[in-house]
Amino acid sequence: MTDTESPAQASSQAYTRPERRLLPQPTAESAAFWSGGRDGRLLISHCRSCGHFFHPPGPVCWRCRSTDVGPEPVSGRATVAAFTINRQPWIPGYPPPYVVAMVELADEPDVRLITNIVDVPLDEVRVGLEVEVFFEQWPAEPGPDDAPVWLPLFRAAAATVGGAR
Amino acid sequence: MSGGPFDGKAVVTGAGKSQVGRRLGRTGLDLTIEAVTRAIADAGLSVDDIDGIASYPGPGVPDLGFSGATITEVRNALGLRSRWYLSSTETAGQIGPAIEACMAVTLGLANHVVVYRSVWESTAQAGAGRASVLFGGGALSGHLEYTGPFGALSAANWLSMPAQRYMHDFGLTREQLSAIPLNARANAGLNPDAIYRDPLTLDDYLNARMISEPLCLFDCDVPCDGATAVIISRRDAAAGLPRHPLTVESVGTGMFERATWDQRVDVTTMAAHDVAATLWEHTTLGPADVDLAQLYDGFSFLTVIWLEALGFAEHGKVGPFIESGERIALDGPLPLNTSGGQLSGGRLHGMGFLHEACVQLWGEGGERQARNSPEVAAVGVGGGPVGGAMLLSTR
Repeated sequence: MTDTESPAQASSQAYTRPERRLLPQPTAESAAFWSGGRDGRLLISHCRSCGHFFHPPGPVCWRCRSTDVGPEPVSGRATVAAFTINRQPWIPGYPPPYVVAMVELADEPDVRLITNIVDVPLDEVRVGLEVEVFFEQWPAEPGPDDAPVWLPLFRAAAATVGGAR
Repeated sequence: MSGGPFDGKAVVTGAGKSQVGRRLGRTGLDLTIEAVTRAIADAGLSVDDIDGIASYPGPGVPDLGFSGATITEVRNALGLRSRWYLSSTETAGQIGPAIEACMAVTLGLANHVVVYRSVWESTAQAGAGRASVLFGGGALSGHLEYTGPFGALSAANWLSMPAQRYMHDFGLTREQLSAIPLNARANAGLNPDAIYRDPLTLDDYLNARMISEPLCLFDCDVPCDGATAVIISRRDAAAGLPRHPLTVESVGTGMFERATWDQRVDVTTMAAHDVAATLWEHTTLGPADVDLAQLYDGFSFLTVIWLEALGFAEHGKVGPFIESGERIALDGPLPLNTSGGQLSGGRLHGMGFLHEACVQLWGEGGERQARNSPEVAAVGVGGGPVGGAMLLSTR
């Protein structure tokens, strides 16, 4: 859980933010997902009827078709389901290598997020690695016309880091 | 020849391909007209006989050479009198419009439909940065909203993750996976239209630079300029035409889960599995009857997925199936991607596989002709949440 951590603290390890990321332009449906990090919360669409989470956000639960849905915080803990080490430069200002992963949320393993795993040596990223969320605010210093977003990134969960790090 | 979703009425009567190459400097419409008119002539028809036209993707997609020519452009250029026409992206993969053309001729909405796909990505993307090719600026929309911020802009990233998980769960090795690109390259060497024809070795593959692990350069297809077209006819309108009509025995159009790159219940399966399930529902034929496979290889791992989805190997067991490449070679029991696929032949984007299946069933593959004189061909195209399939026969 990251309630007690600020983005600045979370980013203060070996990982350094890239010069540039391509940023989402949140919609009415996705705004909560991209802004929950302001309060250190990972907000995932939740169905009040069947009790399940789902992603990406939308106006209806795909399982039970209830429209009684809305963003709710999850623990921020997740497990790596699959990953890739991207070696190809795609985005000027965001040089490889970096790890892109699908992580399954502890609160709802059916819900996967695409994210970056950071602060884990490339050869130690593996399926099943337990990770936890932290947030990276973009732009770091928003101008008067910018609506910042908080990207959910993941690093090894505290309990699994041990003394090696 | 009878039965199946079209009761034997939908047949392929001709196929055509334009010049294919890198940075040809020709327009998408120019290439399209070349492929379309060659297909029409191949069927023994004239332009005035064509009363239907269909294509993927149609207008409204980010361009950069992805859409060579719209239906409107081709109709207007040729002065077509069409009784039925359609383009679509929300359909069963890049051959979805061909499947819909089968419905149109079966129902009598048209007699002869020309179906084409054209790309001029190699020319259009020349000089443009990679990010602009993939994204083009503006808002990250749809799926990209949730992947782009994390530097996962390319399908190479989205598909390397299920590939990694498949390797983790089932022990697929890079050596085994290499059978797909090595087979494609070997076949491309026998195809004068292919982009990459020089021999490729296992060492070349294993030492190639990684794009997005575990996928390396040779696991990714090559953008090209080119167009392919086929003529879908109603059997009773095809009497007297020069070619033996190829029967569309079945089609696969299923999509049982949400169409996403990452939320499928089993991340080691894809839309292809749903597509294949519906393909086999409609026919008494089965995987053992197939003697030619043309399976999408925008990334090598997608061919792995199609091989198991269509039932040629069990789930998770494609590695041993393709190992050594003998089964899928031109002289094997299931010749695969005989033109070099998209990996070495060029990204004709799905329709190239349908074109090649027809060429092979007519026995006109030349040096690359499958040695087993194929009579039943399976075509599966698309990857991730996109997929469509077709089963063709000479029967």
